[in-house]
Amino acid sequence: MGQTVPLQVIVNGESHESEVQARLLLVHYLRDELKLTGTHVGCDTSNCGACTCLVDGESVKSCTVLAVQCDGAQITTIEGMAGDDGALHPLQEGFWAHHGLQCGYCTPGMIMAAADLLARRTADGPISEEEVRKGLEGNLCRCTGYQNIVKAVQAAAEAQRGVTA
Amino acid sequence: MSITEAPAGKSVGHSLRRKEDPRLITGRASYIDDIALPGMLYMAVVRSTEAHANVVSIDTSSALGRPGIKAVYTGADMSDLLAPLPMAWAPPGVEIKTPERWPLARGHVAHVGEAVAMVIGDDRYGVVDAAEHVAVEYEPLAVVVDVEQALEDEILVHESLGTNKAHEWTMGGGGDIEQALADSEVVVERRIVNHRTAGAAIEPRGVIAEYRAGGLTVWSSTQVPHLVRLFFAVQMGISEDKVRVIAPEVGGGFGGKLQIMAEETLCAWASKQLGRPVKWIETRSENMAVSHHGRDQVDYVRMGATRDGRITAFHANIIQDLGAYFGLLTPMIPELGAFVMTGCYKIPVVRTDITGVLTNKFFTDAIRGAGRPEMTHMLEVMIDQLAEELEMDAIELRRKNFIPAADFPYETPYGITYDSGNYEAALDRALEIVDLDAFRAEQASLRSQGILRGIGFSTYTEICGLAPSRAVGPSGFGLGIGLYESAIVRVHPTGSVTVYTGASPHGQGHETGFAQIVADRFGVDPAVVEVVHGDTAQGPMGLGTYGSRSLSIGGVACAHAAEKIAQKCREIVAHNLEANPEDIELRNGKFSLKGDPDQGMTLGEVAGCAYIDATNMPEGMELGLEQTLIYDPSNFVFPFGTHVCVVDVDAETGKVRVVRWVAVDDCGPAVNPMLIDGQVHGGVTHGIGQALYEQVVYDERGQLITGTFLDYALPTAEEIPSFETDRTETKSPSNSLGVKGIGEAGTIAATPAVVNAVIDALRHEGISYIDMPLTPMRVWQALEEARGRGDGPRATEQGVSLPPQGEGSAGSGPTRPEGGAA
Repeated sequence: MGQTVPLQVIVNGESHESEVQARLLLVHYLRDELKLTGTHVGCDTSNCGACTCLVDGESVKSCTVLAVQCDGAQITTIEGMAGDDGALHPLQEGFWAHHGLQCGYCTPGMIMAAADLLARRTADGPISEEEVRKGLEGNLCRCTGYQNIVKAVQAAAEAQRGVTA
Repeated sequence: MSITEAPAGKSVGHSLRRKEDPRLITGRASYIDDIALPGMLYMAVVRSTEAHANVVSIDTSSALGRPGIKAVYTGADMSDLLAPLPMAWAPPGVEIKTPERWPLARGHVAHVGEAVAMVIGDDRYGVVDAAEHVAVEYEPLAVVVDVEQALEDEILVHESLGTNKAHEWTMGGGGDIEQALADSEVVVERRIVNHRTAGAAIEPRGVIAEYRAGGLTVWSSTQVPHLVRLFFAVQMGISEDKVRVIAPEVGGGFGGKLQIMAEETLCAWASKQLGRPVKWIETRSENMAVSHHGRDQVDYVRMGATRDGRITAFHANIIQDLGAYFGLLTPMIPELGAFVMTGCYKIPVVRTDITGVLTNKFFTDAIRGAGRPEMTHMLEVMIDQLAEELEMDAIELRRKNFIPAADFPYETPYGITYDSGNYEAALDRALEIVDLDAFRAEQASLRSQGILRGIGFSTYTEICGLAPSRAVGPSGFGLGIGLYESAIVRVHPTGSVTVYTGASPHGQGHETGFAQIVADRFGVDPAVVEVVHGDTAQGPMGLGTYGSRSLSIGGVACAHAAEKIAQKCREIVAHNLEANPEDIELRNGKFSLKGDPDQGMTLGEVAGCAYIDATNMPEGMELGLEQTLIYDPSNFVFPFGTHVCVVDVDAETGKVRVVRWVAVDDCGPAVNPMLIDGQVHGGVTHGIGQALYEQVVYDERGQLITGTFLDYALPTAEEIPSFETDRTETKSPSNSLGVKGIGEAGTIAATPAVVNAVIDALRHEGISYIDMPLTPMRVWQALEEARGRGDGPRATEQGVSLPPQGEGSAGSGPTRPEGGAA
């Protein structure tokens, strides 16, 4: 089974210390060890982005990262996006209001990738459709045709800028 | 944007937010891989690396000796199965040669990825390691991947069948096709390849099975839980009352999960042997290899017409690549398309000849549209080909042959009765949005700047709402079971409602749409109507979700059940108000007295009579408010519309970009317009994917070249435009809601619109037709040939060498379009 390695991470604000197989993928650590099953596996080759989560604030495809590479990191998954009071994150609200999901399988990854996209953005003003489409090209959706995902992300960006759509 | 609430009793027609979404956007949903049972074991499958071979030996000893491995089984261990995996189409009077398909190979493999052994152990990674240690010795046999070569029967996929030709099926109507074509003033012909594609739901398939104390529970990422239960009873000899199948949250289907999976049987059988739950989660590589593919036809098509543009005859000779075995519906798929062979048009003489052919590839089966995209593609591409031949405007040609709105219901030459239609109205609306004059001016001006822009139309109708039982069942079209749908509506003592549906959604939004339908019949908020699906232990026998059937059958079943309860409610209220039931109407959320709306009762108050204080019930009336109902409609439904695609073609690289899409669809009255738009967006994107990017490719040895999402190109957000959608509304007389399906319409409409648009952009270059997928390589090569520079070496995007012109097949490697620069 291979050697085990100590791992210490903070996930959604909670500290975890584990002994894990060196080859354990981050996505399986999150899902199988921590039971955070909102992060999904879709393709195993980092094409679909269903497994996207944030590591130290940057989006990563967790099916292609070893858990041990994240030792000492702060990780955010879809389960950590809503507020402590259950209030939805503007992206979650946007996806709901704009029908940005159908089967929902790609949705956590989409939301995490979009969170990174919006966080990295330095430009002022509303985010353009083109910017969102380019920014999310690493995440695949087979249901929605992307249009309502784009709208959802634009609405979330506006909400974060304090503008009501 | 959606809304959160609608007026009481009037939620239908409003874009209500989905009830499904809160769990999905917070990561709290339970898909198959999110479920873990105590003591659960994992399964990995050892799959054939050969496309065609005899299995000489399988050595499992090394794998068995690895840590945590509980068992390794081969086909020889599973001799107690009572039946092979099912193919559920037996059309009366048609002979179909069906190769036996067992969950594990029995001495012979016929495609890459065929399961030869399963490895069970207690660790997800450990079983994959151990599977690598199962040593399988193969004796390779000759391989045939090209469908037309397979038809020659020189290499047989299954020696025991004596031929690769599995079935022939012919339908003709209106007269002799050869005579009609001979009598036509103009005949256009094409060889059209509709290539092999993948369903590619983002969630791969998965199964957990638990056999305990004589009972079997199976969780499966399926579109058809009730059919899976029925089959387990047949295959494993466990009576249905002791089998429970649960479809948990299902991450997309697109037909790919309308299947009885080999892996369902493997997990169930292994669980029975080992006394512990067994889980299998498909990898993407497995999904590309052994989740069924779609399309894969070579079509020889001829269309006859008069010089002034009346279509006189249409013939399709369809050679369908079935693959090496049959899934649930494999040979039936092209026949489903044939039912709408004449599309929106009055065509007096038609004929469809279908030949099903076995090859050393994985089997094809229903993928979004299932036969209808292929047929619509042929028809709508040929309309444009005919228009070019006649030097007539393709829109005028369409109009000239449309079935007029006054002619519905309309019986086609195949005896199919179209329920309703108004094709002119949808086309007119699309043209209003597009502004064709402005487009043509823009096209000319762009062309002078070197930008090749084109516009393509597709005016489609399709057959969906798969039912009625008598028409499609064993004594009709020959499906193994009639297609109907079930509902239980249960009003609880406090007036909230639970609905159980036999439909089995995987993204469509039934929990919201069906709740709206039921809520309106009781004057309550859809928030208090919970829709339960996908568990055979809860709801009645149901047929599942596919073929754009859920709303027009399952939704109508819910409506009828609720209406029966509402009638009982009116009787109870009338009794309490000392009035006639006919004088009780739903108003402002109450069953109230006509003319005196202050007098009335809410659903909760009625439920109080029915469940809590029986003295308020009419004498002799049964207590409770609950209705079970099976709905079997009188006819299919036939949605229709016009899709318009605008593309830019980069002449230097051959790259095609969709820059505009207008979709006007008619699926009858909208229950939730937002859900309709979502289906259209996704459906069209699926079609654009096939037309431009996606293709399942096998090399000449039967090795799968497109085994991951690295090689199989799904469209991303960057390639897809924003869609301009609109609707016309023509009620269906087939059901009381007047609704038609919309799940597949976009996919059915899309591919010819793309091809017609690309040809419109390139026609002045002397290019009349290119086969899909219209990849940069193909378009560039067609341009090079048209410009007299086509002598260079040919290769495909995957580096596979191409057969000579016009000899390629649908799925055995990219095809040279016939007369690429015709």
